[in-house]
Amino acid sequence: MRPLDAAKAKTRLSNSTLLFIIAGVIFVLMYGFALITYPGSFMQFQTFFDLFNFNAALFIVALGLCVVMIGGGIDISVGAVCGLVTMACAMFLQLGGGSIWGALLLALAIGLAFGLMHGLLIAYLEIQPFIITLAGMFLAQGLLTTLHREPLNVTQPAFVALRNYTIEIPWLGTVNRLGVFIPCEIKPGVLVVVVLVVLYAILMKWSRFGRNVYAVGGDRQSARMLGINVKRTIFLSYVLCGLTAGISGFVFLMTTGAGNIGNGSLFEMKAIAANVMGGVMLNGGVGNLLGAPIGTMTLLTINELIRAAGVQSNLQAIVSGLLLYVFIVLQSAIVALRGSEKFKLALPSWLKLRN
Amino acid sequence: MPRLKTRFNALSHLFLPLSVLVILILINLIKGADYFKITVVNGAFYGNIPNILFGASELVILSIGMTFVTAASRGQDISIGESGAISSAIFVQYVLRAGNVTLGTILVGFLISCLAGIIIGAFNGTLVSFFNVQPMVATLILFLGGRSIAFIIDGKVSPILANEISNRIGTVIPGIPIQTPIILTAVFIALVAVVLRTTNLRLYVEAVGINPSAARLNGINPKKIIFLTFLLMGVCAAVAGFIAVNKAGRHDSVNLLKFIMMDAILAVALGGNSLGGGKFSITGSIIGAYTIEMLNRTLLRLEVNPEAIKVFKAVFIIVLMVLASPVVRDFAAQALEKVKSIAAGRAPGHRGALSMTDAPGKKGE
Repeated sequence: MRPLDAAKAKTRLSNSTLLFIIAGVIFVLMYGFALITYPGSFMQFQTFFDLFNFNAALFIVALGLCVVMIGGGIDISVGAVCGLVTMACAMFLQLGGGSIWGALLLALAIGLAFGLMHGLLIAYLEIQPFIITLAGMFLAQGLLTTLHREPLNVTQPAFVALRNYTIEIPWLGTVNRLGVFIPCEIKPGVLVVVVLVVLYAILMKWSRFGRNVYAVGGDRQSARMLGINVKRTIFLSYVLCGLTAGISGFVFLMTTGAGNIGNGSLFEMKAIAANVMGGVMLNGGVGNLLGAPIGTMTLLTINELIRAAGVQSNLQAIVSGLLLYVFIVLQSAIVALRGSEKFKLALPSWLKLRN
Repeated sequence: MPRLKTRFNALSHLFLPLSVLVILILINLIKGADYFKITVVNGAFYGNIPNILFGASELVILSIGMTFVTAASRGQDISIGESGAISSAIFVQYVLRAGNVTLGTILVGFLISCLAGIIIGAFNGTLVSFFNVQPMVATLILFLGGRSIAFIIDGKVSPILANEISNRIGTVIPGIPIQTPIILTAVFIALVAVVLRTTNLRLYVEAVGINPSAARLNGINPKKIIFLTFLLMGVCAAVAGFIAVNKAGRHDSVNLLKFIMMDAILAVALGGNSLGGGKFSITGSIIGAYTIEMLNRTLLRLEVNPEAIKVFKAVFIIVLMVLASPVVRDFAAQALEKVKSIAAGRAPGHRGALSMTDAPGKKGE
């Protein structure tokens, strides 16, 4: 490493990047710890893939919320919208006999409708985002219970085929006790997650919209002075978030195959926690989009670890709360130390992430 | 004229919650003219209005605390239901273990639960003020883990408070015609009012909320003030938990004060307060809290399908916030001015400009 590069990295490393690197390091440490303590379950690749298989919807919700959070807003309706979409699609497929493509369109339409409503009210009427998305959450929950109270299992053959469809990775897997090789499996939802992560990362990093979101989240006034259309940027970020929540609802249904009132409940809180762990700040303007999946993975690894450790069920919430506490304090301590100029972190140039 | 104007200024932030209250009362009166009817059962008042005052008591207390937190820290505490559940669990355990329940035990138990509330507030406050964590994220920790703590304190059952004094605190004291939670809430409001009148708390909190750095330069320590508001929030949560558990007669750690933070934040916003901190109005929040309770009961009275109640609530909130939004207010003010200038015929132009400054819409917060 040439000294010039190091000096350059020192000056260019932004808070977003620092927090993102912390998030990444913590995830690696966490997973490493899990590997050492519980090699039986965590050594298998399937365990890692199952994090994605069973929580694809949470990953997607966190992605959409991340965009809004970078823009300095908040959307607490995402979980409820996700739940509403699962139930609406389940009814469409099961009771209405609709096709899968129709259900997907319905999911997108519901998400888009909520996103448009939030965006219009928050950006153009300048209403506080928390209250509007709270109303959106009530609306989605109310619609969900009005639509159907009982759990609704989708038994349509085409959909069941999609639900049970798995992609096998032939060159990766484990050998079981009988000596039979079991390849790793991933669900189509994971592909959706990967595609969306790539798309959103490109959008936030290289598109005009993404840069505008960072500028608006950092300082609305200066963004306006720079000639950025602040209102349209905020509007679009909420529309994107709503749309993502719609997609996540469809992916949720694809994973579980049933519409239920409890679907997606507390997803908004989990997604906020995941984003915070991924180094995205609620104040806005700070954060790397890749932090959302990293934070979600950290959160899920924590839960998985607690489950593997066999902690009593009512202690699980406390332990995960404590870990969240440690994490938040660590994050804030590092940022504070950096602010006081006593602590410099120089990174090799190849690790630099642009923001 | 200037004095009148300042009084109007002071009242303009109450315009929104009060008008909503009036609309709700009108809807209720259209539904049935006996809305204000108060009946006396066993020497106490019952009826729609007393029921609203009774039902909203915890929410009012919590929204007072939430107003302070919001004003100083520019964020919201989402763990209030959980802190209420924890502190009331401690209260219930103390009372149950004391054996013979006297007024003294209840009082000591209440003070202990307040202490627990303060400790919880200190936990959240430390994170927010000294570690610079956003309030919502800091309180997310207790929101996720708090109910399990209450559950463990309870010993995995929901203990029943079956004693005379608790029953009276939760319902009526013989000889006093008003239900006890209403009296407790009134006492609490009076205490807060006295504190605000006699101390500089309002000034400091508003200064910190408007601009922390400017407050620091003026000799106010913003960290201390934010920490203090979280301690206050803890006390409010403990009092609300105390009232809720005495009302219910048993401590249900899963459902006690569940999701009440949403209503409390809504009450703060309905009261004309900015969720971004700064100037605040406790009166507005209190009226907002009663409005929410009245809305809930109105929907029940209108026999709305229980599954659809949340939809109506959401639509109501959205319509309300749209009407109160700065853009719509400015538009209304301009429209009002136009109407006035047309009504005045060929009156001189400056009269229109004057009336514009008096329009309620320009006095947004």
